[in-house]
Amino acid sequence: MEILLAAAIGVLVAAAAYLLLARDLPRALLGFVLLGTAANLSIFAAGRIGTMVPPLVDQGERALAADAANPLPQALVLTAIVIGFGLAAFTLVLIRSAHDAFGTASADEMDEAERPDETPGPAAVAPAAASPSHRREAA
Amino acid sequence: MRQVLLVAPILIPLAGASLTALLWSRPAAQRAVGLASAIALFVATLALLAQVIAGGMVVGQMGNWPAPFGITLVVDHLSAAMLAITGLMGLAVAVYAMGPGARERDRAGFPPLFHALLMGVAGAFSTGDLFNLYVWFEVMLIASFGLLVLDRTREQLDGGLRYVMLNLVGTTFFLLAVGLIYGLTGTLSLADLARVAPGVENQGALAATAVLLLVSFGAKAAVFPLFNWLPASYHTASMPVAAIFAALLTKVGVYAIIRVFTLVFAHDHALFGPILAGIAIATMVVGVLGAAAHYDVRRILSFHIISQIGYMLIGVALMTPLAIAGSVLYIVHHIVVKANLFLVAGAMRQVGGSFALARMGGLWVSAPLLGILFLIPALSLAGIPPLSGFWGKFVVIRAGLEAEAWLLAFVALAVGVLTLYSMIKIWNEAFWKAAPQAAPRAEWTRAERIATFAPIVALCGVTLAIGLWTEPFAAFSLAAADALLDREGYIAAVLGPNAVRLAEAAP
Amino acid sequence: MHASLILRVSAPLLLWVPAVVSLYLLVRGHNAPGGGFVGGLVAASGLVFHAIARGQAAAMQVMRAPPAAWCGAGLLLALCSGLLAWIDPAAGYLTHRWWFPDLPVTLPLNTAFVFDVGVYLAVIGTITAMAFALVAEE
Repeated sequence: MEILLAAAIGVLVAAAAYLLLARDLPRALLGFVLLGTAANLSIFAAGRIGTMVPPLVDQGERALAADAANPLPQALVLTAIVIGFGLAAFTLVLIRSAHDAFGTASADEMDEAERPDETPGPAAVAPAAASPSHRREAA
Repeated sequence: MRQVLLVAPILIPLAGASLTALLWSRPAAQRAVGLASAIALFVATLALLAQVIAGGMVVGQMGNWPAPFGITLVVDHLSAAMLAITGLMGLAVAVYAMGPGARERDRAGFPPLFHALLMGVAGAFSTGDLFNLYVWFEVMLIASFGLLVLDRTREQLDGGLRYVMLNLVGTTFFLLAVGLIYGLTGTLSLADLARVAPGVENQGALAATAVLLLVSFGAKAAVFPLFNWLPASYHTASMPVAAIFAALLTKVGVYAIIRVFTLVFAHDHALFGPILAGIAIATMVVGVLGAAAHYDVRRILSFHIISQIGYMLIGVALMTPLAIAGSVLYIVHHIVVKANLFLVAGAMRQVGGSFALARMGGLWVSAPLLGILFLIPALSLAGIPPLSGFWGKFVVIRAGLEAEAWLLAFVALAVGVLTLYSMIKIWNEAFWKAAPQAAPRAEWTRAERIATFAPIVALCGVTLAIGLWTEPFAAFSLAAADALLDREGYIAAVLGPNAVRLAEAAP
Repeated sequence: MHASLILRVSAPLLLWVPAVVSLYLLVRGHNAPGGGFVGGLVAASGLVFHAIARGQAAAMQVMRAPPAAWCGAGLLLALCSGLLAWIDPAAGYLTHRWWFPDLPVTLPLNTAFVFDVGVYLAVIGTITAMAFALVAEE
């Protein structure tokens, strides 16, 4: 079971890495969702796995059954899922606004943020005026 | 009373965020509540700082669940100092945000997001639990996403997406590291981790998780080579937002690195010390060179954030008391100065009409007071005595020399000179040279003027105070360093003498 | 956006049935699986359905206050639920208090439930805010 989980995590991370490299932003977002799933699975695998008894205290008892599942990874994973969901939803809204503004969802075609600076007149500036972003555009 | 003060830095911004969200349709009341909340936060963090100085570490178990099981809030010297500075920045920026453009910002949702950001930052500074730190990071992150794209301009959307994407991956790495650490040690309480970590059998795997954490915190702190998102996004934000980001966001990453590597992975210092030193050197150099190549005030300042992060890592790279004290002093000084420079840049834009150095000029003639208010933080950033930056750099470099880390000390000195070059560049272009075109006359009301200049003047005062009365600040930094290096003290304070040991019940 | 006739007619059902179920989940969460978070999700899904079927304005009208206000109210409630912990000044924040008043039925009054209600409101506010932003008419 543990080997299976480890393999699943490995496959998820690989797929996530591939998607995250995409210039298409919705794809990259899917990559993030997959990476989050891999992280959640790894937390889950880090607790005990194998038991099917839910970590709930039965009526009249004062402690968990001895073979109950570990409740902590479940709580952590639940929190992480909620947060990951919120982040993904927000990013989706953001990508949508960007799509409305630029007419594209490709990171390559959005180049507003790193325009080269206007440089002061030649008297004031040394030849090193080209900014990194400028050079990247030239390349 | 100590318990109330302990959670106050989290609860006050939470109340501020929820009340400002509730008062959405009443701008006047919203503004008053926001300001009151910022003032209350500042007062509460100062009281907490006084409590820590007088009575040592403040520890509280949320919901009275004992230490390794529940969520612990721990405020030691470093945390208290960071919280107090968060309070100061929150107040300064809250006042500044009432300046020009306030109405549009309030409509776009600035107040609730701003207070949510403060809550996330305060939570990250006070938590004593790794997973809880992750949660606070996310609170901060979501709020910062919203703040960054407040105006929804094309520039902001592009910069915002770059920021969001890198940070999403960074925090997922954090989550992955949390999972692996839990698997290795069976605990996530920082104090319990510090107790268990040296005895973990598989030290290689533990070191790997440490690297994952370093990557994730490093992305937050914008260290080399994970800094690209910062200069791509900060300069697009509106000025109050950029100022609070510059002051606090990267510093949370630095704080997390300091906390984790002095507490949990201290036994592995032989491995991580040189790595961190290398990162520190590369970060300082890359940041300052990037700044030298730019001609937009906001972008120059953004790159300087990166270069200064390098100085803050020197402490944890060398791990001597003096070096860590230097880092603490440096962080405090840097937050004040950097935020102030962004505030000044906003005022320069208001007076001079632009952020681009090519279009600015003659500000020394039209606004001499602004010139002086620029020079104080700018020279302090470069490390000119007797301003606060001099003492920060002095302690850090001296610690480097004492530890015989010659390269580190030399780079720190050289980067200081290059910082001065950038600051002189801004001075020459914006203040000294003749105005290239008649700047449009700034139209702002008296109230907006006061809102803009009051925080700038106050922060200049703090810079001068740190510079001229360094003694108490230096003594505090040394005490903070001692507290950070006293791991046994931290563990005992959190877990108590006869704590339930969670790790023995590891899965 | 034009929803189908079936969706428009069943919209009230899709709004109020989840709302009732969500309240049940909220109260049940006291001692069994359930609670404010799931309850909030269920209630919010009803509101989102309503927004899809009858348009965002109709859903906003059902909610009466903007989503941000729901969120704020929820957070405030959750915050206040923790304050009673300081009946004992040395207790940690969020230490929950219980009362069992002398009534014919057992009525466990406690602050943890108030916290859960806060979560419920905050979740409704957050989910609807995000969903409305996504389905916003061009």
